[in-house]
Amino acid sequence: MESWRNNRFLFWLLTLPGAFWLALFFVAPLSVLWVYSFGAKSGITDIEITGTALNYLRALDPVYFQIMWKSLWISAIATFVCLVLAYPIAFAICFAPTRWKPVLLLITILPFWINLLIRTYALMAVFRTNGFVNQTLGGAWNFFDGLFTGGSFPYQPLQLLYNDGSVIAGLVYVYLPFMVLPLYATIERLDKSYLEASLDLGASQFRTLMSVTVPLTMPGIISGVLLVFIPCLGAFLTPALLGGANAIMIGNVIEAQFKSANDWPFGAALSFILIYATFGALALRWVLTRKSQGEGA
Amino acid sequence: MSAPIIQIRNVVKRFAGGTTAVDNVSFDIGQNEFFALLGPSGCGKTTLLRMIAGLETPSEGEIIIDGVDMAFTPPNQRPVNMVFQSYAVFPHMSVLQNVEYGLMVTGTPKDETRKRAKEALDMVQLGHLGERRPDQLSGGQRQRVALARALVKRPKVLLLDEPLSALDAKLREAMQLELARLQKTVGITFIIVTHDQDEALSMADRIAVMNAGRVSQIAAPIALYEAPASRFVADFIGKVNLIDATVTGVKGNEVACKAKGLGEILIPSNQPAKGQVTLAVRPEKLTLGTAAPKKAGLVKLSGTVRDVSYYGDTSHVIVTAAGIELAVNVQNDARRSSIITRGQNVWVSWAPDDTLILTE
Amino acid sequence: MTAEARPAPGLRRFWPAALPQGPLDYGRRLWMRVLLASVFLFLYAPIAVLIAFSFNDSKRNIVWQGFTLKYYAVAWNNADLFDAMTNSLIIAAVSTLFATVIGAMVGLQLWRFRFPFKGAYEGFMALPIVIPEITLGVSLMAFFFKLGWMTTDLGWPFNLFPIIIAHIAFCFPFVAIVVRSRMVGFNMQLEEASKDLGASQWQTFRHVLLPYMKPGLIAGALLAFTLSLDDFVITYFTSGPGSVTFPVKVFSMVRRGVTPDINAASTVLIVITVVATVLAMKMQAPDKTGKGQ
Repeated sequence: MESWRNNRFLFWLLTLPGAFWLALFFVAPLSVLWVYSFGAKSGITDIEITGTALNYLRALDPVYFQIMWKSLWISAIATFVCLVLAYPIAFAICFAPTRWKPVLLLITILPFWINLLIRTYALMAVFRTNGFVNQTLGGAWNFFDGLFTGGSFPYQPLQLLYNDGSVIAGLVYVYLPFMVLPLYATIERLDKSYLEASLDLGASQFRTLMSVTVPLTMPGIISGVLLVFIPCLGAFLTPALLGGANAIMIGNVIEAQFKSANDWPFGAALSFILIYATFGALALRWVLTRKSQGEGA
Repeated sequence: MSAPIIQIRNVVKRFAGGTTAVDNVSFDIGQNEFFALLGPSGCGKTTLLRMIAGLETPSEGEIIIDGVDMAFTPPNQRPVNMVFQSYAVFPHMSVLQNVEYGLMVTGTPKDETRKRAKEALDMVQLGHLGERRPDQLSGGQRQRVALARALVKRPKVLLLDEPLSALDAKLREAMQLELARLQKTVGITFIIVTHDQDEALSMADRIAVMNAGRVSQIAAPIALYEAPASRFVADFIGKVNLIDATVTGVKGNEVACKAKGLGEILIPSNQPAKGQVTLAVRPEKLTLGTAAPKKAGLVKLSGTVRDVSYYGDTSHVIVTAAGIELAVNVQNDARRSSIITRGQNVWVSWAPDDTLILTE
Repeated sequence: MTAEARPAPGLRRFWPAALPQGPLDYGRRLWMRVLLASVFLFLYAPIAVLIAFSFNDSKRNIVWQGFTLKYYAVAWNNADLFDAMTNSLIIAAVSTLFATVIGAMVGLQLWRFRFPFKGAYEGFMALPIVIPEITLGVSLMAFFFKLGWMTTDLGWPFNLFPIIIAHIAFCFPFVAIVVRSRMVGFNMQLEEASKDLGASQWQTFRHVLLPYMKPGLIAGALLAFTLSLDDFVITYFTSGPGSVTFPVKVFSMVRRGVTPDINAASTVLIVITVVATVLAMKMQAPDKTGKGQ
């Protein structure tokens, strides 16, 4: 690595296009939105910047506060489920025979490349009242029902869609690969003799997991949690398709403000609450990793 | 030898890829023994150690520790502890926490844990560094932590996997002495895995030399060096001149051998030998002179110096004589001791008694 | 001591591969394998069902009625869907080109230079990846409205420009990451050797750096291509009536219900992305050429 002073021409040549693009099509739009969040609707398409904080206060209105709260806990549960599923998966991949590792890794992350919308749609088709899950369960139920009671209790399809559970399942389905990857990367880099040393010193497998493996893979856990939690919090597509009217998240409210309700200032305020929450989570990670570095991990 | 603390019975380890790391190995290790597993890399010595620790499962055979078959005992329930090659000192715990860990996880009372951990740290002279983090320690200190952490468990056997390989030469020598001293102090069996013959020779009571998954020889250091059982052991431990020869007859306690360039020589030996054999002579047993030695009964050869490497205390000389190459170690015991130069004509001689007949 | 080697007791004798070889051999533990298989089933079963039913000769899409390709024809002949797919591919191609060039420059700059506030600058470059997509989407929507690009009809293909601009903005930071991580393995002495042999800076770039960077460039480009082709949220907010992309079109169709021609069109998109991804993975596979200390 060399100092930028050594080759100023090349430095600026490489720097300017990217910096320009981000300034023009990332910073400027966000600034516009930020300014709008302090404005008020003054016509159908006109916004007057009044410097008001009313939009942010409106977010505290019980109706919206409840939705934000719900977004928070749905995201938290989805993230937790992802973590619990992804940790053993990452472990299994790390300890799989060498020739299997790339295959298993590819299988795990391939869904991540398949269109989010298509995946959500696929899940919808499976969870429908007359979808795959209900068909299978119904078939089994009716078979045993016919066997034992002569068909007196026909199968009642389960309502698997349009509730909080289906949104959580959808979020886990969509974001699980995001959790596996950072966990895999840290576990793979972990010196396995730490685990062996712990076992050798008399700790059980579970004790080893809690006292050695988890603390030493904490950076990966934190990255994975953030990679899943942030997009979950801002999710719009998954609750829109799988949650219907029953499981609305903050993303759906933002979409409504821009597409149907046409209250841009309020939508802008909600969007920035989302950004502040993201920054909060990032700051938390910064604090946590600094702390674990301080402990020498 | 006292009752064996470890019995290894027909142990075989095959890995998933089809390689056999340990191939039907059987031997015993006694109480309070300092035992070394020595061999080139890939000979199976570390795999064997890890099987004793329970970190690998034997494909066949039994490992018996203190009379108990360990087939279904997981590593955390075995009465052995290990010092890992990388030391594996937990980076997220302090030195003291590292040493306490093994006692804490097995439910030892808190005050006893603290007391024993401090004693163990004192024993390795790290009592003052208990609050340090592992990344603030030197390599040698980290190794002492690993030692204390294993010894505080009061294992019946301490396993050491290449414990000195990560240390620099000076520190390694000091640690060799300290490990030997420590073993006598705590009075338990130490099993050390090493590829360094000096380490094994200087520390161990007995050494098992391993090659390609099998044990070539188990013997005390002196016996191993002076009476290796095979060509491999003779060559692996120290330097040796190996000369192909044919046995022409046995006369009492002497075996008559014929070798190219040496003619027929009589070698004192109690072991029966016939056919093709290898004669082995250590370089330091050979004597170099400018004139033919007068003493009778020596093996004598006239040759030319091909190479001289000067090492201060000794010089390593390669002599070509009668079509064979011989390595000779010359002790530079006088300041003006004979200066040997390349191309010089010299006489090489040694006592027949210093020659070994190897049949394997 | 000389007895025949005794086989290990119990199950291991009959099924040697079934049992763990050591305490850390988690890959062989039965519950681990069952869990892995279940998660893979959860990940793939819906997609498999979706693909399977694109060939199902039934409008209601529930029970298997026989093999057919007619829904592929239906999807192909659906002019709206076809236009949306064309738009998607054009947008993906153009934004990939720009995102790769800009991203490669940023990646090279971050790899090559030391400069004040570099950490902050790196964080800034990663922001488009971190910021919630929906915020980025609505901010671009507001911005393009402000510029008047969304209210006046620019006419095809110019009405795709806002979407392309947005896609470049969120794709190039990914390319920068891929290129930079590729360059980390570059042996700087190769560059010094080239200059020592009399090559100019441009010649060195052209003949030494660029060939080394190529797998990273291709992988980054394929990544940008899939990201652009797949993007729904940002496109949803920046597309107008004349610039509907495939995911946006599918979204409006899905809201009205599940039909086999959506399955058919989705299958085509899945095949495109999977092929691009597998190619990208192959490109990123580590090789030993030119690696240094």
